[in-house]
Amino acid sequence: MVKTPEELYKEREKRVVDAISLKVPDRVPIALIDNFYSIKYAGVTLEEAMTDYEKACAAWKKVQAYFEWDMFSYIPVTVSGKVFDYLGSRQLKWPGHGSNKTQYQFVEPGTEYEAMPAEDYDWFIDDPSDYIIRRHWPRVYGVLEPFKNLPPIHNMVSHFGLFDMLPNMGTPEISNAFESLLKAGREYVKWLNVNLQSIQELIKMGFPPYYLGFTQCPFDFIADYLRGTKGALTDMSRNPDKLKKAQEKIVPWMIDYGEWMAKITYCPRIVLFLHKGAGGFMSNQQYEEFYWPYLRKVIMGLIDRGLTPLVNTQGIYTDRFQIISDVPKGKVLYQVESDIFKAKEILGDTACLTGGPPASLLNVGSPQEVKDYCKKLIDVVGEGGGFIMGSAFPLVTAKDENMRALTDFTREYGIYKK
Amino acid sequence: MLEPRFNGIMAENLVSAMVGLEEKDSLRIVQEKMDAGEDPSNIIDDVRKAMEIVGKRYENCEYFLAELYLASDILSEIMEMVKPKLAIGAMGKRYGKIVIGTVAGDVHDIGKNIVTFLLDANGFEVHDLGTDVPPQKFVDKINEVKPEIVGLSGFLTLSFESMKQTIEAIKKAGLRDKIKIIIGGGVLDEKVREYVGADSFERFASGALSMTKKWIGSA
Repeated sequence: MVKTPEELYKEREKRVVDAISLKVPDRVPIALIDNFYSIKYAGVTLEEAMTDYEKACAAWKKVQAYFEWDMFSYIPVTVSGKVFDYLGSRQLKWPGHGSNKTQYQFVEPGTEYEAMPAEDYDWFIDDPSDYIIRRHWPRVYGVLEPFKNLPPIHNMVSHFGLFDMLPNMGTPEISNAFESLLKAGREYVKWLNVNLQSIQELIKMGFPPYYLGFTQCPFDFIADYLRGTKGALTDMSRNPDKLKKAQEKIVPWMIDYGEWMAKITYCPRIVLFLHKGAGGFMSNQQYEEFYWPYLRKVIMGLIDRGLTPLVNTQGIYTDRFQIISDVPKGKVLYQVESDIFKAKEILGDTACLTGGPPASLLNVGSPQEVKDYCKKLIDVVGEGGGFIMGSAFPLVTAKDENMRALTDFTREYGIYKK
Repeated sequence: MLEPRFNGIMAENLVSAMVGLEEKDSLRIVQEKMDAGEDPSNIIDDVRKAMEIVGKRYENCEYFLAELYLASDILSEIMEMVKPKLAIGAMGKRYGKIVIGTVAGDVHDIGKNIVTFLLDANGFEVHDLGTDVPPQKFVDKINEVKPEIVGLSGFLTLSFESMKQTIEAIKKAGLRDKIKIIIGGGVLDEKVREYVGADSFERFASGALSMTKKWIGSA
């Protein structure tokens, strides 16, 4: 008998949830993190996808309908290109921005916009909201530059606080900034509505979302957006206490943000992309002192609120596997980019793993090579459950026949015998 | 307060202060040496020794990117102090020339910068073209400086194609036989090396340094 979409939805959700909770599912689930792959697959240019939301979403649905992965990936276009334009974003290169035609690439603080200087730590630690609004946004969003002239946000503490702000609000510069925000906001709603509609359709087709919300690792927030890679890494020697205090301050906010995301998206899986704690960036000792404690608090906070952290370990994480195994059993999903077989040995009893063939195989290898690799993944990493077939990294490019091979092979070979 | 000056011991001190990443001590010692009228090329010798040890520690995974950043800051601060006093050509012998850059479409530079720093500190003449470098710019630079080695860096999977195009452009310009090409970056491997037609692939910056030394014959 043909299963209804509702039945398929439940079956797929259970398959993934079983894998994450380290139970043996009926077969190895397939779910991946898409980063423009579906756009390319459908023959839409990335620039088009940034401004034509219908086209982008059609591509997204097309790929999911064709491959029928167990869960659908997050929206391939993170935010509309028009919204970035209206904000004058300097923090990101997106397809269609200037000469950039490729995927999103973050701009390192201190290159095209000013990084947070070390002297600003105290301000940030004292009141991150005020710092972000009056100091960070003016740096990274061109149209919000005038926000640097706003009075301290905490002036609001008196009845007259609002009135003290009004003269600034009334200046042409700040009025213009708000006009730009309104424009960006309206465009964002347009983009969001098309996406929400598509999410509903995918759910109706019988596919649960893999994840729809995210939050961040505190160290990476500081390194990626505020202090820059060099700033944050050298702070471990030059400003160790402030680096710690700043992270301590934002830990609860990162947990709240993840919970809020889960609430508005109705999806309990929250993704975290890790960047600056990979092998080569710092020693294990530094990782255990400056990076992991705060990341762990965020992971534990999400788990305490009934959510499932999906942690993407970018780069070479082999030396950290032991450290990140200090989480409750069956509650975390680690995406492993390199050395997933080693990860199974060290993390396999604690956490579900997801990964896939290396980028080189997916892009320049043959379907047979992809199948061979998937067989090894299923045999070794999939043994006893706790494995989701996917991609070792957010997927941008791959030969379509290789993705077909990965999918079909896993569906056939990945069945667990009872 | 100034410490007493003993030439031999101070030389040791500068090297160990730099290797220990003691920024203030390193700069103080250099200042003292300069005040005492020491030949700046001696200071450069110490700096080079120190940077070689820092590079070794990085290769041995005792130091990481965090430490390289500190070392590179100390290095540039010392060079700022010493340079005005240096005679032209006193920067020491250079082993070989390398043109390096992140390939077209990719703006990631952390890996490339580590390699550039290590090569420079180990006595190579490095021409860094920055990020998102179009193939023609590599060709032009190769024609201009005539390097022994070209380094292509890339972090994104799209860099596979850019590397291939860059190497094809080098071939077309008739320069391929004159140089060795090394590629590096997070998602690369032997399969990609073959695909793009490079001579060597290195996953780690320290590997890039060893391979370069091997090719130039300075190791």
